[in-house]
Amino acid sequence: MKALIDPQKCTVCGVCEDVCPVGAISVGETAATVSDECTLCGMCVDTCEFGAISLPQVGTGPKDDLSAYRGVWVFAEWRRGTIHRVSYELLSAARKLADKKGVPCAAVLLGSDLDAAAPSLLEYGADTVYVIDHPNLADFTDEAYANSLVALVREKRPEILLAGATTMGRSFIPRVAALLQTGLTADCTDLDISEEGLLLQTRPAFGGNVMATIVCPNSRPQMATVRPRVMRPEKDARNGRIEKVTLPEEVFQTRVEVLQVIPEEDVTAKLSEAEVIISGGRGLQKAENFHLVEELAQLLKGAVGASRSAVEEGWAPPSHQVGQTGQTVAPTLYMAVGISGAIQHIVGMQGSKVIVAVNKDPEAPIFDVASCGVVADLFEFVPAFIQRLKREG
Amino acid sequence: MKIVVCIKQVPDAKNVRIDPNTHTLVRQGVESIINPFDLFAVEAALRLKDRHGAHVTAITMGPPQAEEALRDVLSRGVDDAVLLSDRAFAGADTWATATALAAAVRKMGDVSLIFCGKQAIDGDTAQVGPELATILDIPYATFVKELNLDGPDHLKVVRRTDEGTEVWRLPLPALVTVLREVGDPRVPSLKHKMRAKKATLPVWGIQDVGLDQDRVGLSGSYTQVVKVFSPPRRADRVMLQGPVEDQVEQLYRYLKEAKVPGL
Repeated sequence: MKALIDPQKCTVCGVCEDVCPVGAISVGETAATVSDECTLCGMCVDTCEFGAISLPQVGTGPKDDLSAYRGVWVFAEWRRGTIHRVSYELLSAARKLADKKGVPCAAVLLGSDLDAAAPSLLEYGADTVYVIDHPNLADFTDEAYANSLVALVREKRPEILLAGATTMGRSFIPRVAALLQTGLTADCTDLDISEEGLLLQTRPAFGGNVMATIVCPNSRPQMATVRPRVMRPEKDARNGRIEKVTLPEEVFQTRVEVLQVIPEEDVTAKLSEAEVIISGGRGLQKAENFHLVEELAQLLKGAVGASRSAVEEGWAPPSHQVGQTGQTVAPTLYMAVGISGAIQHIVGMQGSKVIVAVNKDPEAPIFDVASCGVVADLFEFVPAFIQRLKREG
Repeated sequence: MKIVVCIKQVPDAKNVRIDPNTHTLVRQGVESIINPFDLFAVEAALRLKDRHGAHVTAITMGPPQAEEALRDVLSRGVDDAVLLSDRAFAGADTWATATALAAAVRKMGDVSLIFCGKQAIDGDTAQVGPELATILDIPYATFVKELNLDGPDHLKVVRRTDEGTEVWRLPLPALVTVLREVGDPRVPSLKHKMRAKKATLPVWGIQDVGLDQDRVGLSGSYTQVVKVFSPPRRADRVMLQGPVEDQVEQLYRYLKEAKVPGL
């Protein structure tokens, strides 16, 4: 299968030929043609302003009665006593989707000893909070978490199931989707309901260079993991109820043994959770200068990040690397100090809300993604900015 | 011990970007690279082989030219490689991809350990590894930064999570997805380069792995892309020029107005 070209609509403008990442399109005399190299990535479809390109359809129709599935669910992420913020963010988003469809909205809380944690979910729009409380869920394992969630989904049949695109969600949710034999879209940044009532799942692809909207037409539930800090948590208290769920003992079994759980004490290392990240790059010139970044991070109560060059120079450990082979981050503030902005770096941080770049080269590509660019010698600017922050106390 | 490493050929990110003036996608050449995380997976497999002895097979699903990626990893010391290639595989989502890879791994038989990179840099889904393990019904661990055998039939791994690290013990056969901390990829050696050049790579189509047309590729997928578009540009960029004292003051005010936490 390959992308379909409507020769009636094609104007042989050649835009699709330039866009195709695998060089599968060639523009002939009367219409563009697609070769077998086509991977059906869909990049050409939206760039054609004449609507001449489309993709063939998935699958061979619904595999069971889709109308038997009803309601929007959120997997609520519990981490040793506290519910992770992303759960409230998703619940607020789920509430809107549910209202749009006129169906109920529920949260599913998995963990151990959950009595204290469950009620807070009712304050963010849940009609029902299903609680799966079992000692084997005290430690996260993919098998026990996925198997028990799957058991409940099979029983209650929600049409949509959302989870945070955290390390937990991105680890076990694919197992849930595979066991349920349904589609899953990773790391979404926008969700909506189509005219036909399908979940429209929008996510960045190719390192954020393009956005793709994805649907799951023939299987249920429609599943997505959603990037943390994208949706806004909104209080919306309802007369909801908490329902404790009893499941067969075997769903809590796992082949994996959790030997040790070591929480990271050093906040400067917790990049994925940080609201503020200050990153340093090659512009710092030597290891001793990296303290400028660390001091700035400390003053702003943020975490320390680093570009690949800074890590390769040994100025920061690999766990601090932001970018393609490091971590993808999306904090409220990302400050790039002496980072030129190679594409490998940009793809790891461009989802941040406010991006401040400090670089003396006004042509540096980091300024293309910056919301605030400071063209300055960092050795003058950063110490002065540190003084300013200290002055404020 | 038989080890399989799953790799993927991806468009070089440098080749896929938005023209800042026209706001359209531009492609500069059609260069492909091996997904960087998959090179860490290869390295992790080879290190295990160095320590304990193993037979390492690389597998990729892709168009015929994905063969280059397999020859590259052969030149780094992988023992042999299989190319899963068939027009019918085109348009596969993560489920259909995992289905095809699972069928290939089953055909190989008796595989103790499967390595995948954390995620591919084109799709960034991180889903194929866990889905593959689930279809094969073997345990898995994601985001692994250290690993070693623990006795003859167990694997001990250190995972990195959002909150810190975890140490897990998994019975073999198992699957792991790895981070860059497992070790930097070794460079190709002359000896292995010669071998890679001459190697004949089996190409498996859907019949070879015993799958029907409707279970693979776009037909076997649950998800479908309906729209691809350029992300909205940041319209709100502020550039601060001029004397450093002014820039400091302006940035301070800018961050206050943006309600950045910590200020």
